[in-house]
Amino acid sequence: MFLSLMEGNEAIARGAVAAGCRFFAGYPITPATPIYTAMLNLLPPCGGICLQGEDEIASIGFCLGAAMAGMKVMTATSGPGISLYSENISFAIGSEIPIVIVDIQRLGPSTGSATRGADGDINFLRWGNSGGLPVIVLAPVDVQDCFSLTIHAFNLAERFRCPVFIASNKEVAMTRETIELSALQKPDIIERTRPSDSKSFLPFRVENSQNVPDFLPVGGEALVRQTSSTHGQDGYITTDHNQIAQVLMRLQQKLLSNVGQFSFYELHTMEGAKTLVIAYGVTARAARAVFKKRENLKRPINLLILKTLWPAPHQIIRRAASKVARLVVVEMNLGQYVREIERIVPDKPTAFLGQMDGRLITPEQIREVINNG
Amino acid sequence: MDSLLNDARPPVFCPGCSHERITQTLDRALQNIGLAGNQVVIVSDIGCSGLFDTFFNTHAFHGLHGRALTYAAGLKMARPELTVIATMGDGGLGIGGAHLLAASRRNLDLTLLVLNNFNFGMTGGQYSVTTPPQANIGSGFLNQLEHPLDICQIVGSAGAAYAARCSAYDTNLSGKIQNAIEFEGFSVLDIWGVCPGRYTKKNRLTPKLIDEGLSSLPPAEGIVSQNVRREYGRHYRQLAARSATPPSPVKIKAAFHPPHPYRQEVLLLGSAGQRVITAGEILCLAGMSAGLKTTQKNEYNITVLRGPSISELILSPEDIDYTGIEQPTVIVALSQDGVDRRRAIFDQLEDSALIVHIAGIQIPPSRARHYRIDLKSQGVKKPDWALAALAILAKLDAVINLEMLEFALKTRFNGKAQDASCDLVRNVEMGQWI
Repeated sequence: MFLSLMEGNEAIARGAVAAGCRFFAGYPITPATPIYTAMLNLLPPCGGICLQGEDEIASIGFCLGAAMAGMKVMTATSGPGISLYSENISFAIGSEIPIVIVDIQRLGPSTGSATRGADGDINFLRWGNSGGLPVIVLAPVDVQDCFSLTIHAFNLAERFRCPVFIASNKEVAMTRETIELSALQKPDIIERTRPSDSKSFLPFRVENSQNVPDFLPVGGEALVRQTSSTHGQDGYITTDHNQIAQVLMRLQQKLLSNVGQFSFYELHTMEGAKTLVIAYGVTARAARAVFKKRENLKRPINLLILKTLWPAPHQIIRRAASKVARLVVVEMNLGQYVREIERIVPDKPTAFLGQMDGRLITPEQIREVINNG
Repeated sequence: MDSLLNDARPPVFCPGCSHERITQTLDRALQNIGLAGNQVVIVSDIGCSGLFDTFFNTHAFHGLHGRALTYAAGLKMARPELTVIATMGDGGLGIGGAHLLAASRRNLDLTLLVLNNFNFGMTGGQYSVTTPPQANIGSGFLNQLEHPLDICQIVGSAGAAYAARCSAYDTNLSGKIQNAIEFEGFSVLDIWGVCPGRYTKKNRLTPKLIDEGLSSLPPAEGIVSQNVRREYGRHYRQLAARSATPPSPVKIKAAFHPPHPYRQEVLLLGSAGQRVITAGEILCLAGMSAGLKTTQKNEYNITVLRGPSISELILSPEDIDYTGIEQPTVIVALSQDGVDRRRAIFDQLEDSALIVHIAGIQIPPSRARHYRIDLKSQGVKKPDWALAALAILAKLDAVINLEMLEFALKTRFNGKAQDASCDLVRNVEMGQWI
């Protein structure tokens, strides 16, 4: 067995390159900067492009241009940068531009604490776009996840033509840990689908059997139109409410109806458990430690670690909740995803443990909530 | 070449709008250059200039207000063979000011056509960055308070190698657009025109007045000789081609036996500049050489060479879940800053815990065993204190041993740095138990 030492940020960069990402643009921001540094080391030698934008808006703008030219693109930032990305995120959602956006969350609000971790952007990532359409958000627990979920993120961006977020956290991103490189999971690589006939290509036409339009690049032989305006299948601005409704409904449905195919999670169970602990991100590691030291627990528990946060994996959550009488939701904020759990499982009492002060939630804190329930 | 105008979508500008002339003239310029529609992308902004892409049978990219140059840069870097033309109004120019400056500094081969009509036509004639203070516009008196900017002077001083100014009624507008497009580098053509829907309803502006206005400014007729230099994309590809593939992550096989068979939690409490994070990494590598799993969680302030620097390290034969330290087995106290930051933990130490501390640091009371070292009197420099403390740990057979540490140093450092670190480890003098 060979061990290597790596932090989450480097694993994201290596995962991106393995997924075929050849364009990165970013703006320095703690704690996401190491991804930019790593991409600057990795991309130019393999013919890729890595740029530093004059600000976050430029960085994501470069990415959207390159994505429409056919490249797999990624950008990485933290909360303040996600704020600046917001209108371009809405653009990427509405105009179906594949992009992977990494948010290395730090303690907010605003500039907050640059070097302290948090999971405070979880609802912001979901709802921080104009129009409120769904996005995909994946949350890595450890360095291995950073690598493999990044590849999944690219696959999903390609398949559904949408922004896909990696919701990491300073505590996963800049914490080094030992990994076995040969044991890293490398999902098969998916590319955006191209039309069989490019002559009659319309940039937003969707065949009956699909819910995502085929892709041709700007700059290729067939003319391609991209627009941030409400558009019909030809990519021209439209005021036809039927066309508008059809497109927007499709943008919603292409993700909501398929989330079952990309619901990443871990479920750990004990015999006779009546309590389900739900956690994600770095907090899931504390919850896992609690699960493993069952001798310190007054009662058995099941543990659901969610790695797909948005769209919320309803089926997984409902199925796990159906076996227990009580839920415990733990997250590094003052209560965000717990609202989603309560919405999905309204009939079971849900205890909440949140903390937002830059410190990790400890196994002991989680144990206390479980034991005192 | 044939016209690239889209017959199915004729311009929809107000009667008398100079944008329409520019649309027709841009088409003529593209024909004169001999470009086919699929060799060109028009990147349009927001406002009336944002309609431009729809009138042409070219590739089109219509995005957010002020951001056209950012999309254009991504497109051009990804497809260097493509002719990339951005159209922006004076509104987009203002909101996208940072991008205008950056594009000027960058010199990527893009053409920016500024459709400058001195106000926000689409939203009601509000003032823009080019509105004269005496104009009567849709922003009340606010434009009287601000000074209009001259686009060509701005981009010229920001490094644009091509900046020209002309009237939409210029008899050689097509030639001027062609020159701008054919320039290899970032080129800006500031085209002054009238907005009959808003601006000229309350302000007099004629082709003659435009000419007078243009002639009152310093000349800007194209190439800015002092800024002529290599095109960004070409230059980028040259430099990128010279970059070397970075090494793969180091793989370590277990070769030694650790001094302890169970989980160790080590806290390095130091200050920025003491290379605490590097020492933490070395401890991890040493642990890995004995087959241990490790995590390294760091804490520091935003300041660079000031403030506490703390590394929390776990070395364990089992998988590590929680990465925080709950019960340190070893604390290495390197600075008062670091100790003060984690004062609360000393009280919880068990009597089996070990504190290795630099002489002179005030350690809060605890049940732990104390080992004091004096590095200053040995002439060890502060940036080496963290590493020297690891050497002491290894010599005490605490957490790691000397062969593990030596392996880690040989993995982490090369050449002189490796020799120096190995010398330091060999030569550092032990301290004493207290």
